[in-house]
Parts: sequence; C-alpha cells; structure tokens
Amino acid sequence: MGPRCWRWWHWSAWPRTRQPPAGSTPSSRQQFSTQEQTTQICVVGSGPAGFYTAQHLLKRVQASLRPQSTELGPPALSGGEDPSLSPTACHLLPQHHTRARVDIYEKQFVPFGLVRFGVAPDHPEVKNVINTFTQTARSDRCAFHGNVVVGRDVTVPELREAYHAVVLSYGAEDNQALEIPGEELPGVFSARAFVGWYNGLPEKRELVPDLSCDTAVILGQGNVALDVARILLTPPEHLEKTDITEASLGVLRQSQVKTVWIVGRRGPLQVAFTIKELREMIQLPGTRPILDPADFLGLQDRIKEVPRPRKRLTELLLRTATEKPGVEEAARQALASRAWGLRFFRSPLQVLPSPDGRRAAGIRLAITRLEGVGEAARAVPTGDMEDLPCGLVLSSVGYKSRPIDPSVPFDPKLGVIPNMEGRVVDVPGLYCSGWVKRGPTGVITTTMTDSFLTSQTLLQDLEAGLLPSGPRPGYSAIKALLSSRGVRPISFSDWEKLDAEEMSRGQGAGKPREKLLDPQEMLRLLGR
Amino acid sequence: MTGWRVHTMGVQAREGKMGARGDTDFSVMSFTGWHQHDHAPHLRSLHLLPLGACEASLACSTCHVYVSEDHLDLLPPPDEREDDMLDMAPLLQENSRLGCQIILTPELEGAEFTLPKITRNFYVDGHVPKPH
Repeated sequence: MGPRCWRWWHWSAWPRTRQPPAGSTPSSRQQFSTQEQTTQICVVGSGPAGFYTAQHLLKRVQASLRPQSTELGPPALSGGEDPSLSPTACHLLPQHHTRARVDIYEKQFVPFGLVRFGVAPDHPEVKNVINTFTQTARSDRCAFHGNVVVGRDVTVPELREAYHAVVLSYGAEDNQALEIPGEELPGVFSARAFVGWYNGLPEKRELVPDLSCDTAVILGQGNVALDVARILLTPPEHLEKTDITEASLGVLRQSQVKTVWIVGRRGPLQVAFTIKELREMIQLPGTRPILDPADFLGLQDRIKEVPRPRKRLTELLLRTATEKPGVEEAARQALASRAWGLRFFRSPLQVLPSPDGRRAAGIRLAITRLEGVGEAARAVPTGDMEDLPCGLVLSSVGYKSRPIDPSVPFDPKLGVIPNMEGRVVDVPGLYCSGWVKRGPTGVITTTMTDSFLTSQTLLQDLEAGLLPSGPRPGYSAIKALLSSRGVRPISFSDWEKLDAEEMSRGQGAGKPREKLLDPQEMLRLLGR
Repeated sequence: MTGWRVHTMGVQAREGKMGARGDTDFSVMSFTGWHQHDHAPHLRSLHLLPLGACEASLACSTCHVYVSEDHLDLLPPPDEREDDMLDMAPLLQENSRLGCQIILTPELEGAEFTLPKITRNFYVDGHVPKPH
C-alpha cells in the first residue's frame, strides 16, 4: 500500500519545503524553527464575514503546522478535517512557517452580527452557523472583543500599527433611503429597523411600531421584504417557540394588520426573493395570496430559456397567480383572515399624510414600465400614478455600508470599500470581506465563499513577504489604548455568560432563548 | 477539483490518483469495507463533505457536489426543498446534488462525488455537527 497521505492542494500557500537536517528524528522534525513568529491579524466585525475570514485564516495556518503522519493507517480524522489541507508524509514542514492569532472586534456587546440580528426567528436552522463560529472563538488563537467601536474607540491606523494585517468585515449598517416626501412621517420604517426590533437589537428596542392599521405596504421584493411580511402575518402563536423577543411578540399579538402588499418597481421576472421564501408565504397559515393574473400574461413563454433558479421561481409565481387552487387549498384560503399580495411596476413617489398630518395614511405610487429585459431591465415612469391607502410603510430597498475611518478609502456610490480580491486599494496590509467588500446582497453561503477568498489573498501576501515584517504587539497594544480611553471590551466568555442567561430565560417559555435587550442589564449580569 | 470515489461499503480510506482522467489535481478517496449497518450511512457521516452552514437542514447549499453521471439516477430524486436550495448554489450543473442528502447504498459502488471548484470544507478542526 502506498503512503497514507493526502496531496497538498495545488494552490497551497506553502509550496516550499526543505529537507530535515541529517540524522533528525521524526520528533525533531516536528519542532518549530527558531524563526517562528506569530502573525497578528485583526478582523473588524463579528458577523459571518468576520468569523469565516478568521476561521479560514486559522485553519490554513494550522494545516501548515500539522505534524507529519508516520503511522500506516490513515491519519485519524476528527470531524470536519479537510484532507485537502493536510500535509502529506511526503512533504516536510515549510521553511518559514508562522503561527497566527486572530482578534475579532465588534461594536455590539454580543457577537454574530446579522446571524443574530437579521435572520428571521422562524429560520433557526440558518443560525446553526453560530456553532462553528463558537468553535473558532474558543480557539486559543482567536479572541473576541465586543463593545469596541472601531472608528471611535480605536482607529484603523492604530489597528494597522498593532497588527500585521487588518481585515474589515463590518457589513452594511445603514439602509437605502426612499428619498421621497413623507418618509419622516410616523408609521414609516426601514425594514432593517423593523427586523432589528423583533430580533432584539438593543438600539431598536424602543421602535414599537403602531400596528393598529389594517394595511401595510412593504416597498421592495427581496427576501427581507418577505421576512417582514411573514412576521407581520404569521399567527402569533406560531412564533411563540422562536427567539423573537417577548416584547415584540406582545405587540404582534395586538396587531390589526390584515393585508400586506409587497410592492416592486419592476415585474415578476425581476423579483429578488428566492423560492424557499416564496413557498413559505404561499403556505403561511391563516393567509391567502393575492396575485393579479394580468401581471403574468405571456410569462410562460418568456421563461423557457432562463436559468433554472429564475425559471422555477417564476413557474411557482405563475401557478399561484393563474391556477385554480385545489379543493383543500381553496378551503384553506376561504378561511384565511389575512392576505398578502405582490404589486408590480409601482415606484414610490410620496408617503401621504393623514388628514391631521400626524401619521402615514397611504402611499402614492408611480406606475412604471420596463425598458430592457431580464435581470437588467429598468423601470421607467409612464406618467400615471396610483394611491394605496395604508397605515404602515416599510422600505426594504437595500442596505448600505458606511465609511469607518477617514484613512480607509470608500466608494459612496457603490457603498463599498474599493478593493482587488479583498486587498483594499492603495493600503497595504488592509483587507476586506463580506458585504463591505462586495455590496449588501447574498446569503451566508455567498459570504462564506467570499471570506475564504479574502483569507487566501491575505495568506498569499504573507507568504510573499508583503506584510510588515518583525513582531507586532497585537491585542496587548490595543488593550492598553482602550483602557486609557475607558473602554472595557466584552470577551467571548463574557458573551457565553450572557448566552447562558438568555437560554435559561427562554427555557421557561419553551423558547431557544430570550434575548437581553438592555446594555445596562447585560453589564450588571457581567458584574460591572 | 476535489472529490471522492466510493468503493463498496468498505474498510479504510486509501488514496488513489485519477490518472485515467488526465486530471492530475483530482484527489480520490476510496472507501472499502464499511460493514453493512442496519441502515446505509449518509455520505455526510464520513465527515469529509463541506457540510457547512446549516448542518444538513436544507437551509444552505454549501455541501453542493457533482455526482458521477452513471450514479446520478441511482439516487432518489431530490425533494422540492433540496431543489430550492440547489437553485442558490453557484456553478450548478445537471448532476448537482446536496451532499448532505446522499445515503450510501451498495448500488453506489464506484460513485464519484466531486466538489465544485469554489467550495471548500469550512469546518474548524474538531467541530462535529450534531447528528439529526
């Protein structure tokens, strides 16, 4: 039998090897060279981009240090090891291997970003990523520092001095504004704020939307729009066992909202939501869909050649809009007390005030038509308009990143940090991953792949000697700075105490957790 | 591309090279000697797939693999939820399936599961997802 080894992945960052000194024993081959240095890496943002970037960096460096396998059996596989990253018995330890440490900074008290504050409460399986992030955070080569606002408590130049490399993964904190009159009226919210409210984002806990109207309008036709519609329309008892905050569940129980319109500027072929979320709407208990068959005329022919995902999605829309429901479904719809509908070719012009001018009472929409076809089609106004009465307007037209620091280039038009494959343009040693790099679209999977690519780029630069040489202090320098500024970071084990408290509070109610909303309470629980 | 070939339900992993295909970067894992359990094991229980984000609950597409053409039809057809998640996978092909749903029956002897270029294993060493 041949040697029990796996080949290096051909794009390995450590292609160089050297022979061990003559007469060396296997154990001495495993000793590290005296040139060992710890590469200090800083990641800003603890959402999926930050954690996946940290994870890949540590995994790749770890792989390069793994001792050779000399026994005859296959190398023992603990769960999840990637054979493509294991060194073979045939390759020896690289000449200048390094260790790496990754410190993850986060402005919130708690980690995980939009996995915690964005993913809907009724999508718990999407939050399973937290398990793998927790493993990373517990590694002795990784540390989480919450309650640190980069750009205020510490600057990016200060981080760049303390670390060999800095990765910006701080996501997209703002939402695209509607930029229409009446946007400031009570009753108008960004979907982002609404989601933050029901997901327990501390700065949104006072939002408390007024749900006493019978009609809500959501502007935008992406997955966030459907999340919001679903939470507004799901019978509250179905949300009782989720991690939705108790406070928001109480408000939803009092809701009078019966109809939700999900309004898009373009047509059915341009909807941005995906099929899984559409199916959930169609099957939503106690609700019926309202789709105008006229919006779907001629579509059956036009989707013959489109890629499979668009085709399947459109076919489902078509069936729902044009086919007579079966007996069971018809009966279910007849009993429905709530409804949701899609309106197309409508672009918001103005939020209309109530007679006393004190709140939103409707939305004026421009009727559009499409120029061009497919994903790139543009909506242009026809000159016609339409008013839609409603008491709640939720804008879900996209998120937006903010510039973090004057020293970091930022493209305000695209809302991203200018970069090449994750290397920030004109700033050596500075990288970015996730939404702040590519723009605020895509699911966790997309971010995972993207973070991997940034990590690969960084390690290539490390290997090529493009990062600062010599030791760097890493967190010890930043800790001193923060302390002198009166900032007390929250560690991962601090988070784990808060986590345990949340889970314990949820247990009594049959929920996975009851989220802590008050930063002061969190500090008290940590004994501060 | 990285992938694995399944050879019966067998003993231990051994390495091979797909010289015949002329693609020398292709790493092959053969599995021989798995005992017939009272149930056929899931491909994911071998802990080599990039099971990724959702831990086999059909809420992501990170375990996306290509199945060798000869064996594609031996798999039970995907349920609607698997197809919905496959729609989100980059580099989708006719022979795409979600690896977390594949059960290794004896008929799959010789089957090859190939990772799309863009996908890698994303587990930190030592993490084992809870079985369910």
